[in-house]
Amino acid sequence: MSGHSNYVPKTGFERWLDARLPVARLAYDSLIDFPTPKNLNYWYTFGGILALCLGIQLATGIVLAMHYVPHVDHAFASIERIMRDVNYGWLVRYMHSNGASMFFIAVYAHMFRGLYYGSYKAPRELLWILGCVIYLLMMATAFMGYVLPWGQMSFHGAVVITNLFGALPIIGESITTWLWGGFAVDNATLNRFFSLHYLMPFMIAGVVILHVWALHVTGNNNPTGVQVQSKADTVPFHPYYTVKDGFAIAVFMLMFAAFVFFNPNALGHPDNYIPANPLVTPAHIVPEWYFLPFYAILRAVPDKLMGVLLMFGAIAVLFILPWLDTSRVKSLRYRPTTRMYFFIFVVACFILGLCGARLPDEHVIPGLKTFQLLDADLNSMVWLSRFATAYYFAYFLIVLPVMGLSETPLDQPKSISEPILSPSAALPAGAAASPEKRG
Amino acid sequence: MLRKGLAIAALGLALVGGPALAAGSQKEPRTVDWSFSGPFGKFDRAQLQRGFKVYREVCAACHSMNLMSFRNLGQKGGPFYDPKYPNPNDNPYVKTIAKEYEVSDIDQETGDVVKRPATPADHFPNPYPNEAAARAGNGGALPPDFSTLSKARKGGADYVYSLMTGYGTPPAGLEVPSGQYYNPYMLGDVSAFWKGEGYAPKGGFIAMPPQLTPDKVTFDDDTKSTISQQAKDVAAFMAWASEPKLEERKAFGVGAMIYLTILAGLLYVSYRRIWRNVAH
Repeated sequence: MSGHSNYVPKTGFERWLDARLPVARLAYDSLIDFPTPKNLNYWYTFGGILALCLGIQLATGIVLAMHYVPHVDHAFASIERIMRDVNYGWLVRYMHSNGASMFFIAVYAHMFRGLYYGSYKAPRELLWILGCVIYLLMMATAFMGYVLPWGQMSFHGAVVITNLFGALPIIGESITTWLWGGFAVDNATLNRFFSLHYLMPFMIAGVVILHVWALHVTGNNNPTGVQVQSKADTVPFHPYYTVKDGFAIAVFMLMFAAFVFFNPNALGHPDNYIPANPLVTPAHIVPEWYFLPFYAILRAVPDKLMGVLLMFGAIAVLFILPWLDTSRVKSLRYRPTTRMYFFIFVVACFILGLCGARLPDEHVIPGLKTFQLLDADLNSMVWLSRFATAYYFAYFLIVLPVMGLSETPLDQPKSISEPILSPSAALPAGAAASPEKRG
Repeated sequence: MLRKGLAIAALGLALVGGPALAAGSQKEPRTVDWSFSGPFGKFDRAQLQRGFKVYREVCAACHSMNLMSFRNLGQKGGPFYDPKYPNPNDNPYVKTIAKEYEVSDIDQETGDVVKRPATPADHFPNPYPNEAAARAGNGGALPPDFSTLSKARKGGADYVYSLMTGYGTPPAGLEVPSGQYYNPYMLGDVSAFWKGEGYAPKGGFIAMPPQLTPDKVTFDDDTKSTISQQAKDVAAFMAWASEPKLEERKAFGVGAMIYLTILAGLLYVSYRRIWRNVAH
């Protein structure tokens, strides 16, 4: 998409096309010839996996929309009709519903990888921020998609989440009424959610194009965090990374298929197979697993408005991350102390997810009552989520700014090739430099 | 490298372990070795037929099954599937069963509401004309629709089986309200009605009285008609009604897994070959 191009049109048609609309050149430069650091590990395959996830969600979603009826009286039955009477409807629907979870598994792996290797740091700040925009759009899309089957969790989840905006002073109530299209979650809400659920994936696709564009301007980061310096540091994207990403995608699809075919409802909540009933509230309203950490942050604060602000703050902080991390070293490989804090951060995220799934009063260690402090029961999920929330924010607002200034990083390699060109790993004499050109 | 890939997959799986909900106050359902569990699972045709008989003779008096039609009984994976009749509407069993039900229709000549025998294309008729009538007939409680019930409960068929066989004498100290029945597998909270020692027992109150008794349903295949057998069979039938495409899905899945495994293997070999001479 930018920079030097090695594309040489071979046929008359390609030359004709190249002079008018160089799409073949664009494809060649970004998917075939694109110089990619040769030391990318499997954590770097999630970008490709995510592209596939988006494609699957779009394709299955478009088919589902052909059969789905966005009306409170028919939505639930229309989904069941898709699964019972539409040819392979069960496959399309289960791929779509489990596909959302797979999308989030991949996006979280992708984000943790970016955090670990410092992929958000200069010159990739915009690349990171565009990724955050995609993530935000994904969350909105997934939330609205979960409402569409109009089961009990759909309905009551929609009530809880839209009511969050009501916590805002003065404008809160008007915003919720505006979101609902009325004075309660009802048919108007379902209709607009369906409309937006269809629109937003295309917005995601648009931002993905910008994300990939930005990636191809700066080039990939890599596990050493050292910028590419010469051709010796890179390999062409095809066939080296098409085959590596391809293998990772096949393994990922195996996991995806295991859910779709053998346990399609494991990631959902059984209550969502009960048609929505505004008069009956489920015993426990829980969001889908990918929202649980944020749900835990929301509930960690006794004040509703503060909880809402903190929850959105947990995402907002990602947007300013490139300027919070003061270190000049990108990869945590060379920042041993920060790396330790990073692993605690990952654990804190999992703990928040766990807390989000449990009741706030539930004991962390059952039967243990010794952690009473004044009137606070420290052995409760709500307190665990408070500690984890505090750590979540401390990692971004204290650890990264301070460690960047105080920590002495380990020596970084001078180039990507250096650490791997040890005598044992060096190229064998006479080895072909370009195996892709051999039969 | 492969190890890392597996670690990533494991990470994803660990992540999804999260939403396992807080243990409710009900007892964990007893597990049954279902023929349809596991990746190669298939419904036991005879069990589905027995289960349908239990549904028809016991449950259908109060419970609707709005999303199911008679034709579903004869489709692939259904209780009366016969390969001779790929179109379930032609299946003689299904036609006969449908004919035994009466459904409302409009007389096209006069516009009057009339009753006529059902055809395989008709939905199972609802035992009550509307929700209010259903509640009025059941002490205010609404008998849930059977179409998705099995997958709408944590534990699925295990839960249905446990609930149906879980009735018993309530523990001493529990004051059961009139018109209600104690069942340890029912979600609920009975602590307000507990006058005994210690914690209130697990379980909840259910408006449905115990339904199954020995020999209440006569099975045509000479299976002994115990409460446990009836409960198992009707639970299997309900699991089928919730997921009528389960067999097709699992069979497809086995093929998909084999395909993906071979594809992953070929890609891995290609990967090793292509990267053979690149130090990385």
